[in-house]
Amino acid sequence: MNWISNYVRPRINSIFSRREVPENLWTKCDECGTMLFHRELADNLNVCTNCGHHMAITPRDRFKALFDGGAFTEVKVPEPIADPLNFRDQKKYTDRLKEARRKTAEKEAMLVAEGEIGRTKVVAAGQDFSFMAGSMGMYVGNAIIAAAERAVKLNAPLVLFSAAGGARMQEGILSLMQMPRSTVAIEMLKEAGLPYIVVLTHPTTGGVTASYAMLGDVQIAEPNALICFAGPRVIEQTIREKLPEGFQRAEYLLDHGMLDRVTPRGQMREELIKVLRMLLGLPEAVMADLPAPETPEPAAAKEAEDAKGETPETPAAKPEPKPAKPEAPKK
Amino acid sequence: MTIYLEFEKPLAEIEGQAAELRALAQRSPEMDVEKEAAALDRKSHEMLVQLYANLTPWRKCQVARHPERPHCKDYIERLFTEYTPLAGDRNFADDHAVMGGLARFNGRPVMVIGHEKGHDTKSRIERNFGMARPEGYRKAIRLMDMADRFGLPVVTLVDTPGAYPGKGAEERGQSEAIARSTEKCLQVKVPLVSVIIGEGGSGGAVAFATANRVAMLEHSIYSVISPEGCASILWKDAEKMREAAEALRLTAQNLKELGVCDRIVAEPLGGAHRDRTAAIDAVGREIAAMLDEMKDLDGQGLRADRRKKYLDLGSKGLAA
Ligand SMILES: [Zn+2]
Repeated sequence: MNWISNYVRPRINSIFSRREVPENLWTKCDECGTMLFHRELADNLNVCTNCGHHMAITPRDRFKALFDGGAFTEVKVPEPIADPLNFRDQKKYTDRLKEARRKTAEKEAMLVAEGEIGRTKVVAAGQDFSFMAGSMGMYVGNAIIAAAERAVKLNAPLVLFSAAGGARMQEGILSLMQMPRSTVAIEMLKEAGLPYIVVLTHPTTGGVTASYAMLGDVQIAEPNALICFAGPRVIEQTIREKLPEGFQRAEYLLDHGMLDRVTPRGQMREELIKVLRMLLGLPEAVMADLPAPETPEPAAAKEAEDAKGETPETPAAKPEPKPAKPEAPKK
Repeated sequence: MTIYLEFEKPLAEIEGQAAELRALAQRSPEMDVEKEAAALDRKSHEMLVQLYANLTPWRKCQVARHPERPHCKDYIERLFTEYTPLAGDRNFADDHAVMGGLARFNGRPVMVIGHEKGHDTKSRIERNFGMARPEGYRKAIRLMDMADRFGLPVVTLVDTPGAYPGKGAEERGQSEAIARSTEKCLQVKVPLVSVIIGEGGSGGAVAFATANRVAMLEHSIYSVISPEGCASILWKDAEKMREAAEALRLTAQNLKELGVCDRIVAEPLGGAHRDRTAAIDAVGREIAAMLDEMKDLDGQGLRADRRKKYLDLGSKGLAA
């Protein structure tokens, strides 16, 4: 594949990052050293076109590629109180937050959105490793709760993409308390009979792995993702021996029975559509890039706001199967 | 022989002098040392009061980890009758870092589960210093599930440095085991009360302490990460554990203010290890009081109460 033809080819779903455009238009693959043109890399969802190495991708870029026509509506997340402990290490926590916001142009480490994938209504939550290592603090907890509540309200499944260094130490015990809090959110989905799918991406560690990221009905990981509770360095220090090749990587976990599947990013969308539609009892979907739904949802965020305190709809009611489109635009 | 903590050194000297005087008097009964020894006693008592009135967070960590602090086993032996340990996760092994079984509390059958650190080299190794492996959480899940089916309240006693960072523990799904244990805590339709008796270390503690009511001993701690671990990550220097302990707000007093802990159990002067039975009995009274608070709630009410407790957390921070 020639990058020029790729570059000039018009695309409906541009997944070109809206964040800071790198001055350097070339990225070197950490794994194989190949120089990759940024647009070619973006079009391949930040997966090296030479060796298949999965690099980090922001939730926003991921969602643009995930949802039909790249169209999604953000779900509003209630703002937690800022810096509850007045935490300060070498830097003030509030300064670290400001810096992360400036660097990422995102509010916090998790993005929640609703939309359709393969004409299947879903709520998706994506953890942003570039925002303070994706760490789980009160905002992330609120985001998961908001995602679950919205999913119950829409009678839609939740797909969560995890990526985190663990809990946000700067929120102390309140970050730890997001383990039970997020678990309450997952309970809501289970009680409503809604599928909860976790896609574990590199890296997913610590308290995140030991709570919502391990409670999915189906657990899928991206290739070679590091997934663990205690990190390899801590373990090596404790047991004073070298760990085996590939220890705590996605394939290793698959082998040890901790995951259902390891799926490359490029096939994830199709796989999610397939699995979700079966779990929801819906007919097969047409597998292709679909344009955005014709009737965009009304401001979902506002609706979510209004819905506060309402009783969720009866869990038994399954969403109406939508007629599959006969001819989907082919790339 | 008392084991003194680093910050108790001046105290150790005075108490040592008093003990020496009395030992001397035993050997030579003609010497009258009692007056002098009593003066030293008064001095050491005053010092103890002062030291423990304002323990820094790091000192509290040291007290919480004191080797002579009463451990889970001591509480079970003194507060419960007919304790019948139930072993194993039915999958792989029995984790000796986690004790658990049927017992009677004030005559009422309950399920008691807790981390046990051990009290000497042999038992510490056997108990893996209170660091559970996946089997420990899975045993706890099994016992909580049983308690749920037979309507027995669950009492958990938390005292762990954290989950065990070992190869096998990771291979056997430590994360999943902790996540499922927390999930089970939230699911059971029986009262679940928890006491942090020493160290509430991270996920390993959450797996047992996701309860309707959480009490903490006055000098116990509960934290997302150990001060040493936090210092090495955020300060890039493990020796900055004092600063980290301060910043993490891991004391029972801070946690009560944040709503994570509901009650603080006062410890005997100088910490639970100085009067073990008094400390254990105080915890017993607290468990009884917490269970009593639950008595009018039915199964669904108990679950809803637990959910609400956790969903509401974080609505208040600490005063600046
Ligand atoms: Zn490569």
